[in-house]
Amino acid sequence: MSRAPGFADRSADACADAQLQANLKSAVLHFQRNRAKAFAAFPGSEAARDLVRDVKDAALSRLPDLLRELERSVTALGGAVHWARDGAEACAILAEIAAEAEASTAVKGKSMVTEEIALNPALEAAGLEVYETDLAEYIIQLAGEPPSHIMAPAVHKNRRQVGELFAKKLGAEYTEDPTELTNIARTTLRRRFLRADLGVTGANAALADSGIVVLVENEGNIRMSTTAPRVHVAVMGIEKVLPGPAEAAAMLAVLARSASGQKMSSYTSFLAGPRRDGERDGAQAFHLVLLDNGRSRILADPELRQTLRCLRCGACLNVCPVYEKAGGHAWGSPYCGPIGTCMTPLLGKGRGRDLPFACTGCGACAEVCPARIDLPGVIMALRRKAAEDPAFPDPAERGGPPLSAAAAKLFVKVAGSPGLFRAAASLARTLDPGLALASRLAPGLRAWTRTRKPPRLRTPFTASWPALARNLKGQALKGGRP
Amino acid sequence: MRPLPARHSGDPNPASDPVRVQLFVPCLVENLAPEIAEATARVLTRAGAEVALPPGQTCCGQPLYKSGRHAEARDLALRFLDVFSGPDPVVAPSGSCVAMVKAYPKLLAHDPARAEAARALAGRTFELSQFLVDVLGVEDLGAELPMAAAYHDSCQVSRTLGVREQPRKLLAKVRGLDLREPSRPAACCGFGGTFSVQFPEVSASLTAEKAADLAATGAQAVVCAEPSCLLNLRSHLDKNSPDLGIRCLHLAEVLNSGFGGAS
Repeated sequence: MSRAPGFADRSADACADAQLQANLKSAVLHFQRNRAKAFAAFPGSEAARDLVRDVKDAALSRLPDLLRELERSVTALGGAVHWARDGAEACAILAEIAAEAEASTAVKGKSMVTEEIALNPALEAAGLEVYETDLAEYIIQLAGEPPSHIMAPAVHKNRRQVGELFAKKLGAEYTEDPTELTNIARTTLRRRFLRADLGVTGANAALADSGIVVLVENEGNIRMSTTAPRVHVAVMGIEKVLPGPAEAAAMLAVLARSASGQKMSSYTSFLAGPRRDGERDGAQAFHLVLLDNGRSRILADPELRQTLRCLRCGACLNVCPVYEKAGGHAWGSPYCGPIGTCMTPLLGKGRGRDLPFACTGCGACAEVCPARIDLPGVIMALRRKAAEDPAFPDPAERGGPPLSAAAAKLFVKVAGSPGLFRAAASLARTLDPGLALASRLAPGLRAWTRTRKPPRLRTPFTASWPALARNLKGQALKGGRP
Repeated sequence: MRPLPARHSGDPNPASDPVRVQLFVPCLVENLAPEIAEATARVLTRAGAEVALPPGQTCCGQPLYKSGRHAEARDLALRFLDVFSGPDPVVAPSGSCVAMVKAYPKLLAHDPARAEAARALAGRTFELSQFLVDVLGVEDLGAELPMAAAYHDSCQVSRTLGVREQPRKLLAKVRGLDLREPSRPAACCGFGGTFSVQFPEVSASLTAEKAADLAATGAQAVVCAEPSCLLNLRSHLDKNSPDLGIRCLHLAEVLNSGFGGAS
């Protein structure tokens, strides 16, 4: 019988793909090394992480006020603020802005939130040509694939695969030289920037006191996307608002170090509304779309609220053992890795009932999170939600807790009584000491034993304890040493 | 909370007033690796402790808790509180089971009286190496094991409990032991309990990589303070590379070597 499509299937496929395994391993080791180096050379890094945690928590605790202040500030700069309850509303707002501006082409900066709301197909359905301009996003758009990493969306491909893709899709001569590949993309993209009517980006933060939108990038494509087209639209999750520049500085101190191991990224833009009279560049119109899509629900839950501290740096992905093997596509969500496991069931309609269980509980993610999100704790809370509610997060999904409610009750009944517990172990030991039968009958164990020799059930320790205890007593009397 | 037993000067041969210890035997150890419990009891005794085995032990509830079945895990947590209600420190040769006990206060938060008892219990529950080094102040147990060994930092021991130095301090004093560090000591072995059954391909892939990294050190033995990692690695090595002859030893077995433990 085939399994329900979900993380188990997708991750199994990933494990069987030797090229993908090699690409993932080399990428995450590279990112791990870079982050470690950056933090080793960053005095006060622990205090900086504390500060980000506190700054984000403080902002989240007065989110409605900050958002209203942000709206006033952006409006005062001549921009327009739009509120979107969910992805569909956000996409409709964008389509309307495009229609009003009589836009026919859009260029985009890398933005996870626009992946979250599936903006590209929505704009294409509204008749626009949409071009991703971040190199990695451009690659996966050409390949027709979703991103597989929050910070490095094409991390599942190596340069040979990119060379083949460019040759096939762009008619370029095959090369696997990164500089040549970048130049091929740049030549194509440069024309698009100059022709585009609409520039769409996400936002790393927006500052309530000034209305400034903060955008962090390495390629300059976001600066192009926000200045070359007539209209700039930034789409931002409501949790990204910060009070002012001091809080933005706290965030910037850890963001690039955590993401790519840089002290600062190559470009950090502070955009204060549309072009004003007398200014020579900048978009003529600026729109900020504030997206909820489940965030207020998360905010209202004291156990889950901390996930909204996330800066989207991707550091937790890079140290996650499951990510290293399964790759980002296994999550079936733009948000993958540990933070994807936490966000995917909670955002929008919510999906990924099996995701919280696709975690070994190793805790590596919590060690690197720049905002000190207790990712393992949130994942445990989501496991409990899935166990207590068969409809969480999506009643249409199968999978989820490894133990059914009935199995859990039976286990408690047996483990609740030492006699029963011993008898059960003894029965298993008599009937199936090498667990050969169990391995054949239980589907889960069958897969387990494909790569492992099951352990043998042994005479329990408790049975040998009385004799050992006498022996130890004698030993202790002799002074502890035999 | 009851004060911890006083530290002594590292003398594994105290003259009087031994520290009493309640031995917590994880159910995996009880039924799949009883030699680990025996070695633990012997090592604790040599370190000067008087070991008792509180009767009625079954399971700490970890598989239920990690499956999201908190209501059921709570029942076993309450049982555990009763079994280990004595005032003496509780010691287990497992990081994950100790971590489970440390999670009891949160699990029982709805019941202030039991939560308080759980906090006290969590405060007096220790992983073996933590107890030997931090509480008893013992590092040299006189063990001798002439072989090359690679230490695997179990995630539950090293990250959840923060126990990284204690096992290394203890192993550094084992005569003849040539301790080798794998290239990725902090990488997970891929077990994760029910994770390995639910997502066997990812798990197997991680275990294979971990085993290869440990084997690449040229070690003849893998040493770990967590029985579940050991059973996982042993199952993998037994199936895939029995010819390497790499042994999977619990820290307690190594510390008991030369005294009827590993040799």
